[in-house]
Amino acid sequence: MKFSEEFEARFAEMVPHYPTKRSALVPTLLYAQDEVGFLSDEVIAELAGRLDLTELEVRNVISYYSMLTTKPRGKFNLQVCTNISCLVRGGEEILQHCAKKLGVGHKGTTPDGLFTLEEVECIGACSWAPAAQVNYDFHENLTTEKMDRVLDKCLAQAQEQLQRIKSVDSLADTLSQRSEG
Amino acid sequence: MADVTLTVDGKKVTAPAGTLLIEACKTVGIEVPSFCYYPNLSLQGACRMCLVKIEKMPKLQTACTTVISEGMIVTSDSEEIKQARKSMLEMLLGNHPLDCPVCDAGGECELQDMTFSYGAAESKFMEAKNHKDEQQWSPVVFFDRPRCILCYRCVRVCGEGMDVWALGVQNRGVSSIIAPNKEDHLECEECGMCIDICPVGALTSGAYRYKTRPWEMKHVGTICTHCGDGCKTTLGVRRADTGMEIVRGDNRDKSGTNGDFLCIKGRYAFDFANHEERLTQPLIRKEGKLTPATWEEAFQLIGKKFAEVRDRDGGSAIGVIGSTRTTNEESYLLSKFARMVLKTNNVDHHRTADFPAFAAALRGKADATASMADVFTAPAILLIGNDPTEQHPLLAWQIRNNVRLHRSRLYVINSQAIKLRRQATNFMQIPAGAEGKVAAFLAGDDAAADAIINSSSTKDQWNSLRDTLRGEQNLVIAFGSEILGSDLSSLVTFGSAIAGAKFVCLADYANSRGAADMGLYPDLLPGYHPISGSSEFHTEWGEIPQAAGLDLSGMVEAASTNKLKALYVVGSNPIGRLKIDSFAFSNSFVVVQDMFLTETAVVADVALPAANAYEKSGTFTNTCGDLQLVKKAGEVTGTKADFEMIVRIADAMGFDVRKLVPIGGGTHADMGQSRGAQSGEADRHAVWLEAHGLEPKLSPFDPMAILDEIQRLVPGYDVSRMNLLAGNSQHTSLAKAGPGVAHRPESISPANDTLFSSGTLGHYSRALKSVMESHEVKPAEVAAD
Amino acid sequence: MASLVSHPDEVKVVTRRFGLGATNIDRYLELDGYKAVQKALGMDADAIINEVKNSGLRGRGGAGFSTGMKWSFVPKQSAKPKYVLCNGDESEPGTCKDRLIFEHDPHAVIEGVMIGGLAVGARSGYIYIRGEYRYLSIIMQKAIRDAYAKGFLGKNIFGSGRDFDIYWHGGAGAYEVGEESALMESLEGKRGIPRIRPPFPAVVGLWGGPTVINNAETLASVPHIMLGGAEWYAKIGPPKNGGTRLFCLSGNVAKPGVYELPMGYSLKKMIYEVGGGIPNGRSLKAVVPGGSSTPCLTADEIDINMDFDSVAKAGSMLGSGGVVVLDDQQCIVKFALRTMKFYQHESCGWCIPCREGTDWLKKTLIRFHSGGGVKKDIDNMQYLSENMLGRTFCPLGDAAAMPTIAFVKKFRKEFEDHLDGRPCPYEKAGVAEEMEALSH
Ligand SMILES: Cc1cc2nc3c(=O)[nH]c(=O)nc-3n(C[C@H](O)[C@H](O)[C@H](O)COP(=O)(O)O)c2cc1C
Ligand code: SF4
Ligand code: FES
Repeated sequence: MKFSEEFEARFAEMVPHYPTKRSALVPTLLYAQDEVGFLSDEVIAELAGRLDLTELEVRNVISYYSMLTTKPRGKFNLQVCTNISCLVRGGEEILQHCAKKLGVGHKGTTPDGLFTLEEVECIGACSWAPAAQVNYDFHENLTTEKMDRVLDKCLAQAQEQLQRIKSVDSLADTLSQRSEG
Repeated sequence: MADVTLTVDGKKVTAPAGTLLIEACKTVGIEVPSFCYYPNLSLQGACRMCLVKIEKMPKLQTACTTVISEGMIVTSDSEEIKQARKSMLEMLLGNHPLDCPVCDAGGECELQDMTFSYGAAESKFMEAKNHKDEQQWSPVVFFDRPRCILCYRCVRVCGEGMDVWALGVQNRGVSSIIAPNKEDHLECEECGMCIDICPVGALTSGAYRYKTRPWEMKHVGTICTHCGDGCKTTLGVRRADTGMEIVRGDNRDKSGTNGDFLCIKGRYAFDFANHEERLTQPLIRKEGKLTPATWEEAFQLIGKKFAEVRDRDGGSAIGVIGSTRTTNEESYLLSKFARMVLKTNNVDHHRTADFPAFAAALRGKADATASMADVFTAPAILLIGNDPTEQHPLLAWQIRNNVRLHRSRLYVINSQAIKLRRQATNFMQIPAGAEGKVAAFLAGDDAAADAIINSSSTKDQWNSLRDTLRGEQNLVIAFGSEILGSDLSSLVTFGSAIAGAKFVCLADYANSRGAADMGLYPDLLPGYHPISGSSEFHTEWGEIPQAAGLDLSGMVEAASTNKLKALYVVGSNPIGRLKIDSFAFSNSFVVVQDMFLTETAVVADVALPAANAYEKSGTFTNTCGDLQLVKKAGEVTGTKADFEMIVRIADAMGFDVRKLVPIGGGTHADMGQSRGAQSGEADRHAVWLEAHGLEPKLSPFDPMAILDEIQRLVPGYDVSRMNLLAGNSQHTSLAKAGPGVAHRPESISPANDTLFSSGTLGHYSRALKSVMESHEVKPAEVAAD
Repeated sequence: MASLVSHPDEVKVVTRRFGLGATNIDRYLELDGYKAVQKALGMDADAIINEVKNSGLRGRGGAGFSTGMKWSFVPKQSAKPKYVLCNGDESEPGTCKDRLIFEHDPHAVIEGVMIGGLAVGARSGYIYIRGEYRYLSIIMQKAIRDAYAKGFLGKNIFGSGRDFDIYWHGGAGAYEVGEESALMESLEGKRGIPRIRPPFPAVVGLWGGPTVINNAETLASVPHIMLGGAEWYAKIGPPKNGGTRLFCLSGNVAKPGVYELPMGYSLKKMIYEVGGGIPNGRSLKAVVPGGSSTPCLTADEIDINMDFDSVAKAGSMLGSGGVVVLDDQQCIVKFALRTMKFYQHESCGWCIPCREGTDWLKKTLIRFHSGGGVKKDIDNMQYLSENMLGRTFCPLGDAAAMPTIAFVKKFRKEFEDHLDGRPCPYEKAGVAEEMEALSH
């Protein structure tokens, strides 16, 4: 299977850092997941082959780490912390608010495939609680209003991208029409 | 290693340095409980059942991971420790289903036993248990997740012990689960070790599950009937209307050289015995059709015919084909019967290794053969040819685990990239068929090097390998049927220059070695004595024909020219297995003793329903030469042991059976009829006698009487009878055997069985068939680390 | 990203360069960067170890073991390569300090790893950063690259003739991987299952080689000790508790944040002066003094000094420096439940008491909190926790058991208030059920 050049460069750089090949597994899985969206059978087979592991071994590792998933997720993975520091400052309300707003529960993905909601453990933002991460971005000292703004921003970003894809598509259409004509 | 002394519960314990505390405790009879600890597998410290108090340590310590040290003071039993163990059980039982009444493991479950001991039966929890449906992972492996206590024994035995690595652990925390390598099923060698080693009923056997309860079975430890390795297997039998039915095979009794090991065949492929196509009545060809008859009728007919042919055309008009799956006593008896009663030397069997050449090469060399136990302890092993993983699973296990646990050096020379190369210090791939040249090269013939070098090896590598091997001590040299005749003697020449070297000649069937040792050859008597010479057999057996007889192909040829008037086939299927034309014997009077209407039995004039090795007593010799006791477990009404049939035929021929079977004088022999319909009665009687250590040999069907003779006359078989009866394997020696002989290489025809096939027996095993079908794709090899 | 706070009582050692742009290597050099490692290059290994020993520096990862002592356990000779490992898995609830160090002063960590390497004779080091901290791993990777570019890492560092390599390594979500031996497994590409000890990592660690593993804050403190001297550092705190500590103040305080205070600073002052007290006119109910694993202290128990020994004497632990403050509106049962949910989720599942114990405690607490509790449950929770304590394969089981025991013992009344179908006195009706439906 094909990964991006960036991934390949990272992979190539990383493997020689270790005396055993498989040592590169965990970070590599995360990078592959970032790229593909989830760890598909194909990704698993590919990485197992590259690192001299069985697919079973790779699956055993994947299923251990909570950030790794073999199931597709939304474009924005909304991870709301409800652990102790967040709990006492309203983390659960943020989570409930998101659940209502998105209409999904823990690990649920919105039908448009944009958001996946997840209740997560402490993300290291305790002094700025309550906190959440959207993919890798931290959002701290949250209130429900602030959370709304974060979600709106995601939507806007998605729309902008959609727009861009559409315009690329129409450009491609125009180009192909022109070449045909 | 130096000894260390410590104190456990006030008792002084002395054990070698490096011993684990849990093992040291065992030596003084202190049993520290554990689930995850398993001898010879990697340490886990996971179940926390083995917590003990060690003085100067603040917390309780796990005895399974603690290495003993001088002066250590240990308490293994106190209120605190009891409480710790009890609470572990309580926590486990919180999620463990209490379905003991229907669980296969009920009655032999370590969790059940432990709960009983620590009184953790009362549940403290009111939460619902995590439930999951049972899964089928292969035709023979079922997994019931909630019962699993996560001791990881299965994972380790599969990976570390078997080098298959088909099991892993998925998820984490309380969601952790044992997972098979192919998402929802297993792709593996189907050895079933995971099932056997599971302390609870999480992994169960497709062959046994829900059939019976452990306490309803009788458990008989005997020897597997499949390959030549001679694993001990414990058969669970129960009464059935057809006799005694075998319902389970495992090796709970770990007293055999196979220790924990059993392969798929030993564990599940006993089911041929219960196959509904078993013959249970003698059949006599009447008007072209095999028709049921009485035993009496059959024996009379055979006796009459055999005597007729012998007296009219001479013994040389009769051929005898013996078995690689009957007992030594039966093979010996058959050999003796052929020469003494039938007066023929036309005796042969399905040969899969060149034992006569082996015996010839080893003549006079004491201690030159390795036992199966030696393979596990040898500091170095050279394996030429064969693929033990497929053909000698126990040998492969011994080799693998010797490398893993004792760092033995393994040298593999093979034309294929066989799986054992993964354990090899040095693996050399050679052109197909060049094994003999390897032997020549090793023995010093440098010119042979050209034939063994290919793109993957250089002459220098071969020279250095030879030097390395010459520098080894106590090397075990195992070789397959690729090495025969003079190549075999070259190899022995090479090995004999290495101090303490020992050999293993690999043959394919459960008692191939026995068939050879007992003289099922046209030119050799038991112990590889030439027929034409003089030996104790000549004096003891009386007048026997002096000229070498015909081998199997000779008999086929003789039959084609009408010179072979009668053929007696005992437990063998030459037509099915050796590609002999099914019309080859159409003009001969053919008698076949077998379990099934095999390709050979269908052309017989008389087919006699035979008991198999799980249904009789006697001894087997494995490919290494280890002699072991075979015990009767199952029984199918209407069959008889080959032993009894041979004797009855001799009797029907008017022969004084006392000359055949040296039974005690004076008493009326019980011919097995007087006690009514129960067939096998006499044989059971023999079992009883043997179980009580008695050998009055009152019955002419008593195999022990022949064992006596074997032990007295067959060189190398004079091993301890007591140890044998106690169920231990006893290594025989070839040093005084011989002189042997060289045969045509074509007379040797390997069985070519795989892990999942087993000649004619395998053909009648549903377990093997179902596994074969599910394994249309061969298991992929996995990385070793 | 995360905002910085300050208070006059702070003693800025590790945080000295925070907010000063020290991620830039040139700026770092202006701020005395890479001087400590150069100094260490001129010292012999034992001298470095002694300096760290004498400084009274104790591990900031949680256990508070003497760093110099730990380094001295590494055998001088070893057939296998030795390693220095920086533990940046920071996952203990209530803890968010290593994050700031990586964000503001990554080179200090690099320098700390290098000095550790010189002390124990290692030639390479790994900096393990939890997967959620992606932006920090980018910062760290750049810092490492810059250090190589300057010749500070790689062959012949600072012309000393010695080589030293540092690599970044990322996690992927697992608290247990913060445990030292589980971290090594993870780094080797495996499931984060801790290892059997002995052998200890100092003797058999990463890939079988002797390995020193230290928390990021511990390592970031080392260069300052090298430059300021052991005596100076030791004197910042009380005896045997040298230096400063990054306290992550969180929960119901007016001014939460990460403060660098001298070891032994008063907890009371920390809450009421540094943290600005309990907001909204509420009062203090309890404090978790060192991350979620540490037994809570009641409002009556906060008159203590925050150093390893004093907190231990008070029956708790200084832990990872996560000080979580609870006001009188917080439900202890709920708090205990959330704590246990965490441990149940993060247990690696290897050993029975941790795997099963956390699951049963969590299930019981869920039922209990939503009004389904019976009296026997309270004793059972204590029984179960006490039977986990000290008997698990790694300290995660203790980490789950210790706070639970404290909650039940110190707040039994609150547990009893939940009995007999009574609704949680602190929560709106239905919220518990709603949360339960939502939770993992
Ligand atoms: C379950 C568990 C989680 C841990 N998590 C961390 C962690 O995230 N970061 C850390 O530095 N130490 C953590 N530790 C402590 C480490 O095992 C180890 O003691 C520490 O990294 C040693 O560094 P120090 O001596 O500098 O404190 C954890 C320990 C346990 C038992
Ligand atoms: S399946 Fe059996 S052997 Fe395997 S971990 Fe579970 S309890 Fe142990
Ligand atoms: S408790 Fe939520 S980020 Fe730490």
